[in-house]
Amino acid sequence: MSSGEQGAERPQVPLLHDPRFRGLVVQAVTALCVLSLLWMAVDNAATNMRARGIPTNFDFWDRTSGFDVNQTLIAYSSLSTYGKAFWVGLLNTLLVAAIGVVVATLLGFILGVMRLSANWAARTFASIYVETLRNVPLLLQLLFWYNAILSPLPAPRASLAMPSVALTWPDTASLALALVAAGGAYLAGRFARARNEDDAGEVLASVGAALGWLVALIALLFGASAFIGAPGGGLLHWGGPAGVYLNNRGLLIPEPRFEPGFDWVLAALSVAVALSIAFTWWARRRQALSGAQSQVGLVSLALILGLPLLAFVATGGPVTLDYPVLRGFNFQGGLRVSPEFVALLLGLSLYTAAFIAEEVRAGVQSVAKGQSEAAHALGLRAGPTLRLVVLPQAMRVILPPLTNQYLNLTKNSSLAVFIGYPDLVQVFMGTVLNQTGAAVQVIAVTMAVYLAISLATSGLMALYARRTAWAER
Amino acid sequence: MDQHKAFLRTEPSPVLPPPVFAGGAVKWVQQNMLAGPGSALFTLVGLAFLVWVTPGLVRYFIIDAVWTSPDGVACRAPGAGACWSFIARKLDFFLYASYPREMVWRVNLCLAMGAVLAAWLLWPGAARKGLGAALFFIAYPVASLLLLHGSEALGLPKAPTDLWGGIFLSMIVATVGIVFSLPGGVLLALGRRSRLPVVRFFATLFIEFVRGVPFITVLFMANTMLPLFVPASWSPDRLVRPLVGVSLFASAYMAEIVRAGLQAIPKGQTEGAMALGLSYWSMMRLIILPQALTVVIPGIVGIFIGLFKDTTLVAVVGIPDFLRTVETARLDPAWAGPTISTTGYLFAGAFYWVFCFGMSRYSLMMERRLAAGRKR
Repeated sequence: MSSGEQGAERPQVPLLHDPRFRGLVVQAVTALCVLSLLWMAVDNAATNMRARGIPTNFDFWDRTSGFDVNQTLIAYSSLSTYGKAFWVGLLNTLLVAAIGVVVATLLGFILGVMRLSANWAARTFASIYVETLRNVPLLLQLLFWYNAILSPLPAPRASLAMPSVALTWPDTASLALALVAAGGAYLAGRFARARNEDDAGEVLASVGAALGWLVALIALLFGASAFIGAPGGGLLHWGGPAGVYLNNRGLLIPEPRFEPGFDWVLAALSVAVALSIAFTWWARRRQALSGAQSQVGLVSLALILGLPLLAFVATGGPVTLDYPVLRGFNFQGGLRVSPEFVALLLGLSLYTAAFIAEEVRAGVQSVAKGQSEAAHALGLRAGPTLRLVVLPQAMRVILPPLTNQYLNLTKNSSLAVFIGYPDLVQVFMGTVLNQTGAAVQVIAVTMAVYLAISLATSGLMALYARRTAWAER
Repeated sequence: MDQHKAFLRTEPSPVLPPPVFAGGAVKWVQQNMLAGPGSALFTLVGLAFLVWVTPGLVRYFIIDAVWTSPDGVACRAPGAGACWSFIARKLDFFLYASYPREMVWRVNLCLAMGAVLAAWLLWPGAARKGLGAALFFIAYPVASLLLLHGSEALGLPKAPTDLWGGIFLSMIVATVGIVFSLPGGVLLALGRRSRLPVVRFFATLFIEFVRGVPFITVLFMANTMLPLFVPASWSPDRLVRPLVGVSLFASAYMAEIVRAGLQAIPKGQTEGAMALGLSYWSMMRLIILPQALTVVIPGIVGIFIGLFKDTTLVAVVGIPDFLRTVETARLDPAWAGPTISTTGYLFAGAFYWVFCFGMSRYSLMMERRLAAGRKR
């Protein structure tokens, strides 16, 4: 500490009471304790491992594994090495984590905004969702999805098939009903807003408007005859199976097969991305120089969707869909998503979404009300206020805990071991460890992988936080 | 220059009527359910969903549910609802697993003592919390160990740990985590904020390492590597290993919460304590920690909630916790069936939910009380 550093002579204290000396002693003792503990652990481990014949090196890495894995992103068979099995597990972990992060983020943001909604139904639904899912162990939820929902599904022969949807022009009666109902709803809504009397009349008009919109929507989508229990004649028509099946062996979806011409579509996509980056840069410059704004979002969207679509049409649609077909007792063709994957993805994303929703809510609430009021006073409407004023400030609060949730999701994906999804822990720390007995090496490698993911993510996060930090804070 | 502009008023504007008093049920309904066509549409769809789903739920849980049945036959019948008789018949197993039935009073005594002590500590404004804490953190674990494991000296026959299981084992895992993680977390947090670089380095290394890896890997490590790290003659009990893992894991997370509390204490408190001539430990014990820990009570409860949910993972190293007993029971051939699985999971979910939700409400209440004290 700063004792005696003002140029004056240091007060004479006994060595035992000198803070610096005591600090050195404490540190030396700590280091000695920790290091001797470590040394003892290593020494014991070496002795024990030798005594029990446990391997102490990584020779097993290149040996044939002899076991199969039911979901592999890279070529793998029981003739592959243990090292290959490690990569299979790691890629499966990353796959489920990546998809889970996307789904959880979308769901979490929707729920978070819903919790702040002025509408009671939306608010209550989001609250019940969040309070239920985050107060029940994730493992229980995974087991529920896997054992209570997916396992009792019918066998392939009796699969649940998603019907295809065709769009047709609604018949006259439906169209007329939809128009009349929408018109009535519109008038009732206007009446409700213009009345501004806060009485039962206004409430009735609001209910009337809502009912009107509901009737219009149903008539338009399912036809006027839907109200007498015979759907048909609306915009939507249910057709035969769409090629999506759900049964106790998993989820079957059509598998896209890319023909050589697809390279052109990919090329168009990269050109579109490059162009939109260039356009964004140009628009930002123009705004800085002249104040003129450009529709960056719209133009980029048009580029990124339009160019590949154009290439897709020009090359004659170089993608064919391979539909799953029932042959005998099982399906052939198509892409099979294992029930383990479906359960893990469902469990992880629904659980994490509840936490993300809370972070989003806290973030939006952290933005002072004066911010949106000032934005309104400047003439910004609700959309731009949220997009330009509230969300950018909320994001600074949301992002650190959001990253934390992503890391939690990645770490929680290790619960795969309980339902048999072949992730890093199940394949490597489970099967490989059991077969080779190389406990120390396998556990060290597994932990190192998760640690690397965590540290890399937090490092990036810290970098971002420093870039977006406000100068005065 | 004096000409009238069309947009300037020449006389005062008419007085507007006062705003209508906003209150009452009608107003609430209007603002919260029918604020506009979109809002009203959402409300209607929500109500329609409720009307559609409620009868099915009532039928599944009450009308079609099987309330009394000696085995799973009635529950497997087509159209049967929730199988409550499964819960009733297996409740004993869920609570104590294979713990010798004639010794079950020891478990009950432990649970009751834990409940009393927890209520003492959690009750805001309860008298002599210091004594309560000493009992909970020191006397209770020792007494529980003697009671549950048995001791020849006290005339209690031994009950080996491989017979332990069920809800009481989940409680043991959670309590051990709580008892060790608070002091461990405080020490680690102090280490991480220490001005001694070596102490800081080791504390930071440990915290970041444990927080960066999944709990399952910590459990695996404790289970397979702990026996390797100690002399072969020690061979730690199979229940002790995961308990060590739980304690280490919870301590690291607790340390970060406590650190946040330490950071929230103004520097003047430290300086004041030093000016009074207090030593480092007296300063921490008397001035800093009481304030820092109070600030982060909600965070600490949050860790406890996470810890309680994470106790389910000890099943990965073969410890039959509550959820594992549910798994075992639902696969019992005398019962097994789809509605039985669902009922079992719903029961387990309700159990965990009650505890976790209760704790989170408690932490909200504490947050409000603390905020009330700090308001100026």
